[in-house]
Amino acid sequence: MAAAANIAARPGWRPGPLPGFRPTLGFTLLYLSLVVLLPLAALVLKTAGLSWGAFWATVTSSRALAAYKLSFGGALLAGGINTVAGLLLSWVLVRYRFPGRDVVDAIIDLPLALPTAVAGIALTAIYAPTGAVGGFLERHGVQVAFTWVGVVLAMVFVGLPFAVRSVQPVLMELGPELEEAAAVLGASRLRTFSRVILPVLVPPLLTGFALAFARAVGEYGSIVFISGNMPNHTEIVPLLIVTKLEQFQYQQATALAVVMLAGSLVTLLAVNLLQAWNRRWTGHA
Amino acid sequence: MPELAQARPAPSLPLAESDTLPTRRVKTKAGSRPALRGSLLVRISLIALALAFLALVVLLPLAAVFAQALEKGLGAYLRAIRQPETMAAIRLTLLTALLVVPLNTVFGVAAAWLIAKYRFSGRNLLITLIDLPFSVSPVISGMIFVLLFGSQGLCGQWLSDHDIKIVFATPGIVLATAFVTFPFVAREVLPALQAAGNAEEEAALILGASGWRLFFRVTLPKIRWALIYGIILCNARAMGEFGAVSVVSGHIRGVTNTVPLQVEILYNEYDFVGAFAVASLLTLVALATLVVKKVAERFQGARNAEGVR
Repeated sequence: MAAAANIAARPGWRPGPLPGFRPTLGFTLLYLSLVVLLPLAALVLKTAGLSWGAFWATVTSSRALAAYKLSFGGALLAGGINTVAGLLLSWVLVRYRFPGRDVVDAIIDLPLALPTAVAGIALTAIYAPTGAVGGFLERHGVQVAFTWVGVVLAMVFVGLPFAVRSVQPVLMELGPELEEAAAVLGASRLRTFSRVILPVLVPPLLTGFALAFARAVGEYGSIVFISGNMPNHTEIVPLLIVTKLEQFQYQQATALAVVMLAGSLVTLLAVNLLQAWNRRWTGHA
Repeated sequence: MPELAQARPAPSLPLAESDTLPTRRVKTKAGSRPALRGSLLVRISLIALALAFLALVVLLPLAAVFAQALEKGLGAYLRAIRQPETMAAIRLTLLTALLVVPLNTVFGVAAAWLIAKYRFSGRNLLITLIDLPFSVSPVISGMIFVLLFGSQGLCGQWLSDHDIKIVFATPGIVLATAFVTFPFVAREVLPALQAAGNAEEEAALILGASGWRLFFRVTLPKIRWALIYGIILCNARAMGEFGAVSVVSGHIRGVTNTVPLQVEILYNEYDFVGAFAVASLLTLVALATLVVKKVAERFQGARNAEGVR
């Protein structure tokens, strides 16, 4: 709500010729305040009521530390996998023509539209030891479902669209001129890719990584089905928060939520900076 | 990381626009068949790698939903869906979407109009705030409403004095869903509105159109497909939200269970056919969303290109 005062009070705004500035501003700020800002303020207020000792004890308990390690570590790994897969998929979709390309392009967005609970039970069905792929992997000594590998798999699933959709438009805009020039000047393919194409793709790749990471850290629905939810082993931070809520330990849940929110805010800030950098490089977000 | 290693040789098609054109040029330029064959090999292996990854992570789970749902035949599938508790969950989910989607649509269009048409201080802050629900864990999105309206919450005492139930009841589910799906319409409409420009609107204004007429007759046709996709995506997310709703619902069977929560309950009871049958309904909604997106991209893409020209 500080935002509301900020926007209305500062003399800098220019309404422009089109009608609707005041009503859209009013409605946007009202709805934003009611649905988003007010509830988030409740979290801040509740946090302010925590004693520092209790807060610190909660957020540094061994169970919480294990959960951070899995949530943040798994999200880093999943973000890395998604960055590579995002580059591969967007490269293939932009540069090559093959039958079914449109379908593949559409399917990339499935994790955005598919409810996470459905994704969770579907991934478990495939990757549990009784499942099609899980059974095969089990025979080769790899257990996916109910271990940290399953957690990372679910994180890869939910983050994939962000990684692909960050790189794809930049790759599409990247005309052939640069590569032609590099080829004419005698650069090898490897050199052309690593010195001409990759530098342009670094900002969108990092943006995709950050978005996929942020999504994976907070993910709950798909992970709780595949992870097995063993405290200290396969328990993610969001699940720990839910557990605390179900035990009506709101103070502890709030403390853990604050740690997670701090993590997401840092990531959000990083994404915004990356996108500004991206715009400077490529001319669009 | 084999993907990266293999990705490198690919720019061997420096003039790549379509498949046939560069092939010929590479041949005439380098004059060497092996290079050409190498690039074809690279192309095929990259496509195969990409498809294999997609199959393992996305396609197989998608197929699993329908395979498991229909495992015991169509009869069992239909029986699972027609269970009274499932029907109650479907009704609650439809009600939630019916309330949340129109609200978020009006907000999304208003916010997009505001951001696209005017420059004002705090504009960038506003954009960040609209995106905020994206970066908050769904669990926390649900929790903030428990902290606000729950029995131990900030308004808990007042609410219980007035016998108003928000958390562990339908209003809480609606609020949490609204929070989680908050940015979707705005995010889809904003780029279309920015691409469409102001020229027609200004012309309409000079010709004396009122604000509403201007919006419905001039602007809306230009952003129609982006808006439709935004609404459909918002709807899919509203119907499928799990984490946030799970925290505020209280899991009262037949009363505060939405469809995704019903999936969880059936699954945890080892009623796999039931769980996947209900899940398949949500999957169909998701697939329909993807189809609408493809159509919307085609029309809105053409529209935006026209606007730029």
